[in-house]
Amino acid sequence: MKKVKCALIGSGNIGTDLLYKLKRSELLDPVWMVGIEPASEGLARARAMGLKTTDQGVDAMLPHVKEDGVQIAFDATSAYVHPENSRKLNALGVMMIDLTPAAIGPYCVPPVNLNLHVGKREMNVNMVTCGGQATIPMVYAVSRVQKVSYAEIIATVASRSVGPGTRKNIDEFTRTTAGAVEKVGGANQGKAIVIINPAEPPIIMRDTVYCTTEDQPNREALMDSVHEMIREVQKYVPGYRLKNGPVIDGSRVSMFLEVEGLGDYLPKYAGNLDIMTAAAAHTAEMFAQEILSGSLVLDPVAA
Amino acid sequence: MDLRGKKITLHDMTLRDGMHPKRHQITLDQMRSIATALDEAGVPLIEVTHGDGLGGASINYGFPRHSDQEYFAAVIPLLKRAKVSALLVPGIGTVDHLRMAREAGVHTIRVATHCTEADVAEQHIGLARELKMDTVGFLMMAHMAEPDKILEQALLMESYGANCIYVTDSAGYMLPDQVRARFGPLREKLKPETELGFHGHHNLAMGVANSLAAIECGATRIDAASAGLGAGAGNTPMEVFVAVCDRMGIETGGDVFKIADVAEDLVVPIMDTPVRIDRDALTLGYAGVYSTFLLFAKRAEAKYRVPAREILMELGRRRMVGGQEDMIEDTALTMARERGLL
Repeated sequence: MKKVKCALIGSGNIGTDLLYKLKRSELLDPVWMVGIEPASEGLARARAMGLKTTDQGVDAMLPHVKEDGVQIAFDATSAYVHPENSRKLNALGVMMIDLTPAAIGPYCVPPVNLNLHVGKREMNVNMVTCGGQATIPMVYAVSRVQKVSYAEIIATVASRSVGPGTRKNIDEFTRTTAGAVEKVGGANQGKAIVIINPAEPPIIMRDTVYCTTEDQPNREALMDSVHEMIREVQKYVPGYRLKNGPVIDGSRVSMFLEVEGLGDYLPKYAGNLDIMTAAAAHTAEMFAQEILSGSLVLDPVAA
Repeated sequence: MDLRGKKITLHDMTLRDGMHPKRHQITLDQMRSIATALDEAGVPLIEVTHGDGLGGASINYGFPRHSDQEYFAAVIPLLKRAKVSALLVPGIGTVDHLRMAREAGVHTIRVATHCTEADVAEQHIGLARELKMDTVGFLMMAHMAEPDKILEQALLMESYGANCIYVTDSAGYMLPDQVRARFGPLREKLKPETELGFHGHHNLAMGVANSLAAIECGATRIDAASAGLGAGAGNTPMEVFVAVCDRMGIETGGDVFKIADVAEDLVVPIMDTPVRIDRDALTLGYAGVYSTFLLFAKRAEAKYRVPAREILMELGRRRMVGGQEDMIEDTALTMARERGLL
């Protein structure tokens, strides 16, 4: 079966975990990985899997994009360099899936709004953040039942799973997540908090979602909606679980989640990598289907 | 221990760490009266922020009576000598909050991370220095890392631009020898002009003793709170600390009786419950648990009938760090279910 050729920009935790997901895809074929560190573990693994690699940054790949037929690129670098990467690749007609919190394109949280991206001919979509992917489906599970005036999420991740890019971007992480809790999750006001825990052995990613509803929570409808959404996310992240809750306390709904990963690159505790990379792969597959069926034709974007 | 002639900067915590036992409900009038009285008593630096730092207003940590901005506007114009500091925990607060604080007239910013995660503070420490603020790197839960790790993290914060590094005993767990073991390498390896500070909690009644150990090893900034008003069994009680310093010939610039009067006349009367070493606060210090968890664990006990002490022990066993307040209800729920209480 024909596949759409892809490039991975960034060879850190997220880029490397994504590589494993793409290798298993029936619609996507990763052919390039770009890094900036010659000693990068991710680049070494990519080479071993037969990808072309460079440690000289995105500019070193650009001359090969056409001949190698790259149509989709994933950016797992940092919010600071993403806009430039995106501009350069869009100019060559490559669409960009943004896994940094730069968020220059529209947010995509697959179980909530993937369908809205069909047929839009977007050249850049943003995957929010790992904390956003883990929590926004649950905010939406509440807001589709009744109005949510305020939603707050707390994402707690193991120190070992947080690479240098994410650490430099911690403000962008909270800002982008809070924005998407509102825009995609459907809360009038959103807030996001991120905690890094260095415990050994590393803790499995935990996510807490608090929603304040305008009217008294409708217990039965909420329970159904929440459990249905859990099943929806489990389709692409099997280790996504509701540990406790929903607890209903006055107008507050609290949900305590755990995200166990598949253990592709980092061990299973790093569910934060999986939920991000699985969502990105899932999103790209939808676009790949459009490209392969001919309904989506990518054109170069004038710089 | 001969510490005669040492000069230290007293840093008041009553209106920031003290927000925890007050559930962030201190009024503007209370802020004004306590801050001006401390100023009058010779305390040079007063922290004013939500207990969990700038941007801490949340379901997770509690919504405050007033915004940080409103507290700054109430307090800063009234101070004659004292400066105001603010706490910022990356992951909760952002550089936007930092800019707001600077514009409101905040003099000192303290950027706090868990003691092994200093690199999340790079952009905040860097910006604070760019804004010409007195910039402190604040390493929390410092009992959870060995001295060489603390040194490594302190060097990172110094490299980002911090001009002062704190060893923060957030759990009130440390004993004086553990304090000395952490300050020794810091004083040796950080730049001589980089100041050192200590922030204690009184869960094992070691606040004063640990602060003295820190001074012995080169600390020149010491955090304390009037009547100890702070998370857990509170911070180092300022009136006691200043009296001891006076006896030992350590110069704090604070007036013992005036500071004692602030505690007695202004702070004790606003306490919701006595700040003391009850069995749960003791457990924090004994098991090394973040002091702020105390009231959350007590509330979980009331709701789920699992003793706060057992919840706190479990949180300690699971190596929870500062900011994980959401995990208290989660842990209580799991324990209650296991015990057939749900």
